[in-house]
Amino acid sequence: MKDYSELNTLQVDALKEISNIGAGNAATSLSVMLNRKIDMSVPRAQIAPFAEIVEVVGGADKEVVGGYLHVGGEMPMGLLFLLQKEQVMFFMDILFSKEGDTQEWNDMYESAFKEIVNILAGSYLNAIAMFTKAVLNPSVPSMAIDMAGAILGEVLQQIGEVSDYALIIENIFIEEEREITGHFFFLPEPETLEVLMNSLGVL
Amino acid sequence: MEKEPIKVGMAEMQTALNPDRLITIGLGSCVGVCLWDPISKIGGMVHVMLPDSTQGRNVQNKAKYADSGIIQLIEYMTKLGSRKTRIIAKIAGGAQMFNFSQKNEILRIGERNVQAVKKVLNAEGIRITAEDTGGTYGRTIVFSTIDAQLLIRSVNKNTITL
Repeated sequence: MKDYSELNTLQVDALKEISNIGAGNAATSLSVMLNRKIDMSVPRAQIAPFAEIVEVVGGADKEVVGGYLHVGGEMPMGLLFLLQKEQVMFFMDILFSKEGDTQEWNDMYESAFKEIVNILAGSYLNAIAMFTKAVLNPSVPSMAIDMAGAILGEVLQQIGEVSDYALIIENIFIEEEREITGHFFFLPEPETLEVLMNSLGVL
Repeated sequence: MEKEPIKVGMAEMQTALNPDRLITIGLGSCVGVCLWDPISKIGGMVHVMLPDSTQGRNVQNKAKYADSGIIQLIEYMTKLGSRKTRIIAKIAGGAQMFNFSQKNEILRIGERNVQAVKKVLNAEGIRITAEDTGGTYGRTIVFSTIDAQLLIRSVNKNTITL
């Protein structure tokens, strides 16, 4: 498989399915960590030119918090967790049992956020590894607080080397009480698709 | 009322005529290259994502790369009536958004993009009259074809004009 545009509907559905299982795992972990009920949306898959992908996150100039890790090995891919800036503070309130007074971002929050990303990605990747039996080597997570376009741009560069299109599969995690919505993005690189399709029997 | 600026998305390019403006929202490690001919007042902007088209496996979209993108933008501008020898450039972007502990080549992409853009502009004989590159933050840039003024907005930073 050379390009995302070659994917058929059945294959895209299979990708959504695997993403759903991964996200289910991740939502459970998040729920345990925060001791809250976490709901999850039906996954969305989009194949679009880079310029359009930015709209998926609600506009390029929106200020967001992003946690990213790149997975190397047999199945290269990017995993990105994005939250609106205000909402990440709610997360910190819950994690550190504060009553809605988290205002200033600090180093402790940064490592806590990275840990959340680590746990989400780890649970997600477990599901993928189970299906594919592939060896996955995730990097340590890194984070940025800035415009969504700038953050997504850097993530998409890895894919830009091999394609004019990006394939992005999105799962949304929802915590109802504080109305937190976190967007989790799975960005498989083209060579990863082949491994995935093979193990799902839809190549 | 002032007209909305023309949007240039990631890996896209656009030209504009006086008095229109060009905008790129949320430049991270990508580089916004703005070209302008002071006589015809024709402007152009390309949102460069990667340094080198010869390294790419898929090069259909020329705007994605520094080399092919800048050269094609110059072509478009000369077709509209610019003269290459008069064109000047202003560049912005090339940040590093994520702070990785292991610094390999791929992750220094912002820096490599800026270097590649400068190399291509130099080879084409185009002078860079202003630049705001590097750092660890995103930029939104608005480029005017009236006077080549480049506005740069960032989160938590004052807007600067080049």
